[in-house]
Amino acid sequence: MRYESPTTIKEVVGLLKKERGKAFVLAGGTDLLVGMKLGMIEPDLLVDIKHIPAMRTVKTSKTGFRIGAAVSCAELGEHKAMKKAWPGVVEAANLIGSDQVQGRCTVVGNLCNASPAADSVPALIAAGAKAVIVGADGRRTIAVENIATGPGKTCLKKGEVIEAITLPNQTKTSGDAYLRFTPRTEMDIAVVGVGINLTLEKGLVSKARVVLGAVAPTAITVPEAAEALIGTKVDKKALENLAAACSAACRPIDDKRGSAEYRTRIAGVMAVRAAKIAFKRAGSAA
Amino acid sequence: MAHDQSYKDRKFEVVGNRFKRPDGVEKVTGKARYGADTFAPGQLVGRILRSPHAHAKIKKINTAKAEKLPGVKAIITSKDLPDLTNGDIGLQNILENCMARGRALYDGHAVAAVAAVDEQTARKALKLIEVEYKVLPHVTDVDEAMKPDAPLLHDWIFTSGVDPKPTKPSNIAGRTEMGNGDVEAGFKDADVIVEKSFKTGQTHQGYIEPHACLASVNPDGSAELWVTTQGHFSFRNTCAALLGLDFAALKTTSSEIGGGFGGKTHVWGEPVALALSRKANRPVKLVMNRDEVFRATGPTSSTSIDVKIGAKKNGTITAASAELRYQGGAFPGPWAMLGCMTGFACYDIKNMKAVGWDVVVNRPKSTAYRAPSAPMAAFAIESTMDMVAKEIGMDSVDFRLKNVAREGTRAPYGPIYGPIGIEPTLEAVRDHPHMKAKLKKNQARGVACGFWFNIGGQTCTDLNIGTDGTVNLTVGTVDVGGARASLAMIAAEELGVPYDRVRVNIGDSASLGHNDTTEGSRGTFSSGMATIFAARDAIDVMKERAAKMWDIPVEDIVWENGVARATGKKHGNLPTLSLKEIAAKSHNTGGPIAGHNEITADGAGNGFASHICDVEVDPETGAARVVRYTVVQDAGKAIHLDYVEGQFQGAAAQGIGWALNEEYIYGEDGRLQNAGFLDYRIPVCSDLPFIDTKILEIPNPNHPYGIRGVGETSIVPPLAAVSNAIANAVGVRMTQVPMSPQRVLAALDDLDNAS
Repeated sequence: MRYESPTTIKEVVGLLKKERGKAFVLAGGTDLLVGMKLGMIEPDLLVDIKHIPAMRTVKTSKTGFRIGAAVSCAELGEHKAMKKAWPGVVEAANLIGSDQVQGRCTVVGNLCNASPAADSVPALIAAGAKAVIVGADGRRTIAVENIATGPGKTCLKKGEVIEAITLPNQTKTSGDAYLRFTPRTEMDIAVVGVGINLTLEKGLVSKARVVLGAVAPTAITVPEAAEALIGTKVDKKALENLAAACSAACRPIDDKRGSAEYRTRIAGVMAVRAAKIAFKRAGSAA
Repeated sequence: MAHDQSYKDRKFEVVGNRFKRPDGVEKVTGKARYGADTFAPGQLVGRILRSPHAHAKIKKINTAKAEKLPGVKAIITSKDLPDLTNGDIGLQNILENCMARGRALYDGHAVAAVAAVDEQTARKALKLIEVEYKVLPHVTDVDEAMKPDAPLLHDWIFTSGVDPKPTKPSNIAGRTEMGNGDVEAGFKDADVIVEKSFKTGQTHQGYIEPHACLASVNPDGSAELWVTTQGHFSFRNTCAALLGLDFAALKTTSSEIGGGFGGKTHVWGEPVALALSRKANRPVKLVMNRDEVFRATGPTSSTSIDVKIGAKKNGTITAASAELRYQGGAFPGPWAMLGCMTGFACYDIKNMKAVGWDVVVNRPKSTAYRAPSAPMAAFAIESTMDMVAKEIGMDSVDFRLKNVAREGTRAPYGPIYGPIGIEPTLEAVRDHPHMKAKLKKNQARGVACGFWFNIGGQTCTDLNIGTDGTVNLTVGTVDVGGARASLAMIAAEELGVPYDRVRVNIGDSASLGHNDTTEGSRGTFSSGMATIFAARDAIDVMKERAAKMWDIPVEDIVWENGVARATGKKHGNLPTLSLKEIAAKSHNTGGPIAGHNEITADGAGNGFASHICDVEVDPETGAARVVRYTVVQDAGKAIHLDYVEGQFQGAAAQGIGWALNEEYIYGEDGRLQNAGFLDYRIPVCSDLPFIDTKILEIPNPNHPYGIRGVGETSIVPPLAAVSNAIANAVGVRMTQVPMSPQRVLAALDDLDNAS
């Protein structure tokens, strides 16, 4: 196995493209190293992207935020502007693993690991995040929801790497939230995760994005759940409809972490709780 | 020399305080050497190939390809571990568990092992070993395994303890019955009878340090083993017996231990490492990964238990019975028997009967886990106790007090109790401010009790005094929970020197006589007793030396507060001689000063605890969270307060984990699905509240200081304490552990549907 730590994105693409064996990008390594220790992943090449300055920073601009692929979730948690604009995204990133894990792990890693239960992914999708992909043929930008194609699978082609995640500016009357259910408080994998992003107009929900994790092969956007909220003050009836729409959208598996029935029901419970937080945030920001 | 082990009331100077731990600096700086932290010249890496099947016949093992791989130095199968057990069935089971002999009996059962120059080569070699299996039907559930048509694990198991002895083999290894009085008559006298069935999931001790050892066997039959263990003498004896080595030739050293809780009382990979080393003629280091620890090393039994308790309206229990079914994994164990012995031990019940069934299933061989078998029995019985109290409209603490065992009560397993602490712990619970604390919405409180025997056993200890007046104490009981600090305090107390003058060392198997394993909460009790006696021996020596220095009869000398003092008018003017002064002159007065003691420490005092637990249940998700917790336990005499409290807290934390989320999950294929800490959920810090403790001291009459073991008892009450709290919070009686969110929510649904 070779280990490379290039300092430019161009070198990364070159190394990945050229490698004939199994090549892996190493950011925080909180999934990759665990897999290697268990003998489940046996790479021929590891390309460490932590030595590329642009990948280590969160940039703010007029259009929004750009989170470098090697920014740790702990660093994201300390970024004041991000926390203010996208508290749900930051909370999701800071639910991954534990404090120690967050010191290493990244949202891009979380996305590329393509676990259906990834915490940061539903929050990113709800926020309208995009991924900037670099490959030998140049750059392309696609919506985060199009990255994972199934458990452990992404749409990235050989030699491609995600350079950054971009998020728009949050409007003043918007708010996002992410909640998940786990039996433990930390070091656990979501049984259900819910990311919600709401925008208000005159006190009523005008736009909504509701995204569920861990209830289908990939995180899923639920338009019916958004519809349940739009035009409402997130009242009791709207929340009931939201819960029903979320549960109806679930296509989970039965496994050691939760039965399909349980996941389906808890998706509704968590969605209601997350919607209340997002609504409050959207209102208090106004 | 004979010493008096009876308790004497006294004022302590050192004992009962909180001193810095002697192993603290090395541990927090990462210098402490655990099982994987030692190295030998030319050492190889050992790895084990494990069965992917729950039950399979091993038709053929072809190691030819693996042997050809450069860097592979030895490959072994069961052929390299010939049966030298001479018909000792216990040893035979250990041998077969270490390496499958013709049949894989559970997912993770070792079938072959490799020693190679490095980890990568060893892993590669494992992949090159070809094993031809014929998969057999399997059974992992204790109730299923008892059915007449269940897949059979062993053709040599004929249920013991039943008359007539069965003519057909089964998975039921043994039946145990104990009790007193006439339960049928007792139930007839009852105003209220509650009957309930319970199940508990299989849990693992969850020690952070995986099993690890460094083994080296020489062609002349001498050998060394460095190992993380709770008992290096028993490891030596077992490994030597399995490999045909002399006990004296296998020097075994215990490393620092990163948790054991019973799981390191048993050998797993050590005989394999020795056999690899013997074949390769090089030292072999074998370190398990977490997956192997879960799949192939000693979890505790899963159980299925029926309880029936009858009582008068005034709260007197008229009869109680229980039927307890415990699986011991792929080999028989004493687990249900221990459940029978402990289940009703907190109470004085006129008519009592407990029947235990020890069963084998296709799971890893069970071993001790902190107060082994008691938590499951207590879960079932203490839950039922609360249900009876509710039925008769009595406070659950008062109901327990009404039936509490006292000095003179006959224990369920036979003996008459001496002074015991169950009543005082219950009274302390009743009077504790926690019991009156306000509860919030969806919160409620539960109480439960627990018992553990505690044991003593064989112990051998040396105490050596240096010429600078400092003291080396060498004991043979592995320090699993602070024994070094406690024993240094005891030696300091006896000798009358400051705590920091005494250094405690765990001697290897070649430097002391046999010491039983540190289990049954025996370490500080037994080695504490041996330390007191060794110190008293040393004091006798020092008195003789002082007599020589003063040239007076030894009878005229007493030892007080660390000094020799001459008594009587004749010697009234002599200044005292300190330990340090006597030690400094020892080369002129007869040579080194030492004390020694070997003893079978009898008379361990029983441990009792009562716990208070507050939970909050989320009615929408079923998640139960412990929000406040108090442990009250009798320590006899607490030597080092931090460590005693730490034992109470650690035991409660493990019990809470067991109650709420920990469980082995097997698939339809009989394979373990959660062999890792991600999905085998022990509690993390943020899952638990601060666990408050109250130490009671009811002296054990059979120990000079009154010590009782404290390590295990407090894992017994939490399962029921949590369950009783949940029942009080949301009105559902959970009959299955763990009480995971999913199960609690399902129970809440059932309640809704019923009402």
